[in-house]
Amino acid sequence: MMLSLLKSLLRSAAILLLVSFATFCLMFGNGTGIARAILGYQATESDVQRKVVDLGLDRPLLVQFGDWLVNAVTGNLGESFFTGQTVTSALSTRVPVTLTLVITTLIFTLILSVLLGVAAAVYGGWLDKALQFISVLGAAVPPFIIAIALVFTFAISIRVFPATGYVSPDRSFSGWILSVTLPVIALLIGSVASAASQFRGAVLDALSKDFVRTLRARGLKESHVIFRHVLRNAGGPGLTVLSLQTLGLLGGAIFVEQVMALPGMGQMANQSAQQGDVPMVMGTVVVTIIIVLCVNFLGDLANSALNPKARTR
Amino acid sequence: MSAEASLIETEAEVPAAGRSVLRRLLTNAQGMMCIVFLLLVILFGVLSPWLAPFQPNEADLNSVNAQPFSEGHLFGADRAGRDILAQLMWGTNGTLLGSLLVLVIAVLLGVTTGLLSGFYRGRFEAVAGFVTDLIMSLPSIVLLIALFALTGPNVMVAMAVFGVLVAPTYYRLVRSVVLGVRTELYIDAAKVVGLSDQRIIGRHVLWAVRAPVVIQSSFVAASGIAIQAGVEFLGLGDPEQPSWGGILQNANSNIYNNRFGVLWPALLISLTILALILLGNVLRDVLQSSAHNKTLKRSRRRALLTDAQNVRTTSAPSGSNEALLSIRGLKVGYPDGPDRVRTVVHGVDLDVRRGEIHGLVGESGSGKSQMAFSTLGILPKEALILGGSIYLDGEDLLADDKALKNARGQRIGYIPQEPMSNLDPSFTIGAQLVYGLRAVKKISDKGAKEQLIALLTRVGIRNPENVMRLYPHEISGGMAQRVLICGAVAGDPDLIVADEPTTALDVTVQAEVLELLRELSTERGLAMILVTHNLGVVADLCDTVSVMKNGRIVERNDVESLFSNPEQDYTKALLESSRSVELMEA
Repeated sequence: MMLSLLKSLLRSAAILLLVSFATFCLMFGNGTGIARAILGYQATESDVQRKVVDLGLDRPLLVQFGDWLVNAVTGNLGESFFTGQTVTSALSTRVPVTLTLVITTLIFTLILSVLLGVAAAVYGGWLDKALQFISVLGAAVPPFIIAIALVFTFAISIRVFPATGYVSPDRSFSGWILSVTLPVIALLIGSVASAASQFRGAVLDALSKDFVRTLRARGLKESHVIFRHVLRNAGGPGLTVLSLQTLGLLGGAIFVEQVMALPGMGQMANQSAQQGDVPMVMGTVVVTIIIVLCVNFLGDLANSALNPKARTR
Repeated sequence: MSAEASLIETEAEVPAAGRSVLRRLLTNAQGMMCIVFLLLVILFGVLSPWLAPFQPNEADLNSVNAQPFSEGHLFGADRAGRDILAQLMWGTNGTLLGSLLVLVIAVLLGVTTGLLSGFYRGRFEAVAGFVTDLIMSLPSIVLLIALFALTGPNVMVAMAVFGVLVAPTYYRLVRSVVLGVRTELYIDAAKVVGLSDQRIIGRHVLWAVRAPVVIQSSFVAASGIAIQAGVEFLGLGDPEQPSWGGILQNANSNIYNNRFGVLWPALLISLTILALILLGNVLRDVLQSSAHNKTLKRSRRRALLTDAQNVRTTSAPSGSNEALLSIRGLKVGYPDGPDRVRTVVHGVDLDVRRGEIHGLVGESGSGKSQMAFSTLGILPKEALILGGSIYLDGEDLLADDKALKNARGQRIGYIPQEPMSNLDPSFTIGAQLVYGLRAVKKISDKGAKEQLIALLTRVGIRNPENVMRLYPHEISGGMAQRVLICGAVAGDPDLIVADEPTTALDVTVQAEVLELLRELSTERGLAMILVTHNLGVVADLCDTVSVMKNGRIVERNDVESLFSNPEQDYTKALLESSRSVELMEA
């Protein structure tokens, strides 16, 4: 088992390196373009050239990437071209906001989609139909529209929640809860819609296995058959669904941050991209990929804990 | 994204014929509605130069934040006084083109690589697989945002990149279809005839992948629209060009001054995506479901079951007094349409005395397994018991759910056919045996373990303490079948229902397992229903035998009489064919 985990760790590192390199080449490939974006379109050619040299953008790309990589490993992702703030310090306030949204949503997705998926698979009937309806609707309405609809209803029409903004938990805990409730619900709807219907499939799959019939024939209570055996066997595929979900959630979080003006990574990426603040964009891309890879790795870990075949291999 | 989510359900199946598909699509109400809506959206965009009430970005300062349905502005106007309806119309072409671009790039890339990968395999497949995994682990929105720093507001470039990012969904789909088709005989035949690879791919393989690709495209187009609107909503679109997402962003930032401005773009975006997803679902039904809908109406199902129960409680004949198990008039059916039921067991009677080993023989599909499953109440969920009674010691198991539950595992044990798939792979042998025993017997965990270790030794497992700690994949098929036999007899039942208990085993192990069953029957006075298609097993083990054909018992006798003097022509034919198989094997 250690070996397979080590392998997947190495694979993740390779992916990270590869994607960082590709992104870096794209972002930093055009030195003069970057300098011009910083200085504005009225700047003279010589000013632009001076800026290029200033920022070290005239060096070969591979050397620049080497520099960036060495610094990155020590936790230094460069500085903003505009504010001079280090990328890491900008990220340190942004990442927690986004992670709060994503992790809270993941936890609720897990609970709700297990409940809904099992109920729909076991009882069928109208419950099953309702889940199918919800999953189509959840897939059809993009997260930013759900977010707008929620703000429209709960923050503007009936003023229960704040429409926009983020309150950090060490300032006011209840304020924090209120400020993240709507964003989490906005993400949750689409996420549960897709995860629950896939979890339903996993449960149906497990229910159709021969051993379920044998366990029933042995006199086991139906609740034990479902919650001990079927759920355990649906757990592996379910976890895979959940770890794939993270990718979509990170994307959704960006939109929701935009609608509700939350100071998260998405907002940072968006603002820096529009300004042409390349090191900041690069930083958010790398951190996002690290988060995705971490979640996938945790998914592998949990999967091998659940699956005895993977454990003994 | 939603496209990835829906992919899991898209499976490769043999596509239905071309022409009737279109007709079925158009006669399907849901499909028709989606197509009409999408056509209207296309017209909405294409006709904007003629129909749009205002020019793109034409502002009228007198109608700033005009409400919907106000004069001259059906959908109202935004904060610059631009007519929202006109803006939406002008933004439609861009959205549709962007979505089309995603589709074209993704299909070209994904389908070609998928075809090559599935057909030639080898190194190409390895590389393509790695790249696919890589792309699928990328956060697409973040990359599209990063791209903006490079290209500035250029939605078409962003959509082209998104096309590359979703190409893996086609790659995986097409590759799996091709791998399936590749092994089919007609490809070999085509190769033998001397067709070139290009011809084979073009003619045969492309034919097989077209249905799944069409279905998938509907979902990909939907996610293309969602992503494009999203990117524009983030402010990464061209501010000079009206776009659905841009209009939504504008309206959202102006939500306090004109609440209903967000309504129209939100509705248009959501409904278009919804229409594409629903169309995909309809396409999947039309292209991939060969058979008709087989689910029975709920009311009909309930009526059938109530009828059977009424007959049971009022006028059912009671079973034989001396028999342990007495089946009377058992009728089992399966749904075959909303109002139709196909009967597979037609009113069968069967008696088994204590200690008797009764063989139930017949070809596959004769209904013998259905009989066995009915006795234990473990028929598949959709099956219906349409009538009859199953008496165990005079108590009707079908009339009383509780009696059936109490009988399972405790009075009737079950030995399945395929040993490996009948053990839960996630639990150790010991754990699942203990759960089973403790479900039917008041006994401590420790007591259960001790009893099971003794029983495992009895069924011929050496070192049982060790085996209890193993997982099913760590033991052999023969051992697994012994474990299952142990599980069946652990609750100390009076009757065992064994469904082809030796079919999946090696020949040498078969004889041992049959011997074990015989010994257990004698030791414990166990009655047994042995379902099999193997007359050799019947001759070896059984006292009496019933021959089943097409859901009916055609002959019933003790084993010696049946073999020496078969009454029915069908039994004779069955004996004849099994003898000729034996001769061939010898």
